[in-house]
Amino acid sequence: MTADPSRQGLSQWLLSEQPASRNQARLGQAWRIWLSFTSNRLGMVGLGIVLILVLVAIFADVIAPYNPLLGGDLRTERLLPPSMDHWMGTDDLARDIFSRVVHGARLTLMVVALVAIIATPIGLLVGTTSGYFGGWIDTVLMRITDIFLAFPRLILALAFVAALGPGIENAIIAIAITSWPPYARLARAETLSIRNAEHIDAIRLQGASSGRIIWGHVVPLCMSSVIIRVTLDMAGIILTAAGLGFLGLGAQPPQPEWGAMIAGGRRFLIDYWWVATMPGIAIFVVSLGFNLLGDGLRDVLDPKAQQQ
Amino acid sequence: MRALRLSATVAFTILGLLVVTFLIGRVVPVDPVLAVVGDRASQSTYDRAFVELGLDRPLYVQFGLYVEKAITGDFGESVLTKKPILDDLIYVFPATLELATVGIIIGTLFGIPVGVWAAVRQGKLVDQVVRILGLVGYSAPIFWLGLLGLLVFYAKWGLVAGPGRIDISYEYAFTRVTGLYLVDTAMQGQWGAFRNVVSHIALPGALLGYYSMAYIARMTRSFMLNELAQEYVVTARVKGVAEWRIIWVHALRNAAVPLVTVIALSYAGLLEGSVLTETVFAWPGLGQYLTNSLQNADMNAVLGGTLLIGIIFVGLNLLSDFLYTLLDPRVRRRS
Repeated sequence: MTADPSRQGLSQWLLSEQPASRNQARLGQAWRIWLSFTSNRLGMVGLGIVLILVLVAIFADVIAPYNPLLGGDLRTERLLPPSMDHWMGTDDLARDIFSRVVHGARLTLMVVALVAIIATPIGLLVGTTSGYFGGWIDTVLMRITDIFLAFPRLILALAFVAALGPGIENAIIAIAITSWPPYARLARAETLSIRNAEHIDAIRLQGASSGRIIWGHVVPLCMSSVIIRVTLDMAGIILTAAGLGFLGLGAQPPQPEWGAMIAGGRRFLIDYWWVATMPGIAIFVVSLGFNLLGDGLRDVLDPKAQQQ
Repeated sequence: MRALRLSATVAFTILGLLVVTFLIGRVVPVDPVLAVVGDRASQSTYDRAFVELGLDRPLYVQFGLYVEKAITGDFGESVLTKKPILDDLIYVFPATLELATVGIIIGTLFGIPVGVWAAVRQGKLVDQVVRILGLVGYSAPIFWLGLLGLLVFYAKWGLVAGPGRIDISYEYAFTRVTGLYLVDTAMQGQWGAFRNVVSHIALPGALLGYYSMAYIARMTRSFMLNELAQEYVVTARVKGVAEWRIIWVHALRNAAVPLVTVIALSYAGLLEGSVLTETVFAWPGLGQYLTNSLQNADMNAVLGGTLLIGIIFVGLNLLSDFLYTLLDPRVRRRS
């Protein structure tokens, strides 16, 4: 295979030891991270699974051969075993399980994305504020964080959903409320090591306000470790959401949420094993993907943890 | 001084737990008055109950009353069972305790040797197998593995008993003393019932055991790698100490100190895992009590159970700290 000269030029430009501009340096850094990530085979498998999840979620309407909510003929198409027509069989309402699993990818992706969007800023805000100011603010905020950490995650989410009422939106809120404390801890630890750095002193001497220092100079430096942590947590978020769905507290029927689908198939487990088994495989593969991706990212971005 | 600080922290955390459960209880859309008097009560009955429940007072006064009651163990009455929540919790807790204990014993007995083995043969086949077991444990939903287990081991092969704690025919073969059926049946010499209990607990216990094993093995491996790289290991080798002795006696003893924390934490984690496992296996413990109460909007029971689990969590954390200082002379001397 002969290398494309223009491509080679690009690679050289990216890996240049003397970048001519800030953007070149940034792109070069990103390219180096990407190169070392691609050499991690399991990490690439994880990335592949997550990409497939995203694609399936986007093109669910095209991929799914049947309607996920409306079933076929209840007399002849109920609880059919997996076949060429129905790859994963049909459920008790004669709905095609494969189509439901495909549409379930949307719900799963939505849960993961929204929890990350809600919980990450809360964790960053609490952690950086706490670490930057120290003193009694730190004590109070960290005590509150400890209280949230004192509950097991699923139990606290259960209690919140019980209070807010079942439904996928409330499940997302409950999971987000229970997810932020570890991020706050992490952001605080990072902030403590940044707080007394000279560049922060320099900005302070220029008269920047505390808010500006935290938002503009501390948060960006904490970002990468928090993002790794969030990625590593995504499998846990999926499992918690599926657990809530399984208990009937997450997505409500007829929504094709994977955990709720397993609960629905429980009654037919012994005679019609595929109804409960197929959505479980989907949950397993997707969480495995996020776990592998998170491990890969950590190895690349956080070499300290790699030695373990 | 240290003890004082510690108890202040614990008291604060438990107070915080109370704040959280109190606030959750306040935002519930279920009207607490209607839960007591029913929806056919007259306006005057409603008003009286409203005042008796203290709902006309400011929020902080209500919270004070809540804490006062909680300290005396009064979490209200369950709408479902018509019994005080505390009695209910005391009744169901042994079932969860028994299951989690069987799980942690299985997890520790298998997790530590496997973790040590993986550390010794780092990068070899065993190490890869441990890694894969760990990944599966982190990725597979516990309720799904439980259902698959029931399908294969109970329905297809008939190796274990089905859902539930004990068959109805053995239910009255012994008297309930501790609530731990394995202990009760064994003490009373009811071996038939004992075997039945074992066959019921085998699958859920093994399932929880697998999850804790995955975690314990992974941590043991990393602690052991750390210890095996220390200089005292080299010294021992130079002295000609047998390799098995270096690994299982010298290194493992040092790795054991942080491992205690790991085991305590995963014991606490099993309480969480038990909520879903108990639902799958119809296990009449804390988890099933919580989910049943949830589905019937029995908020007193939900919050009481949540609080109990939170307190057990705090307690286990404390215990692991305490054991840490007990086992590690370096920490002991510093304090």
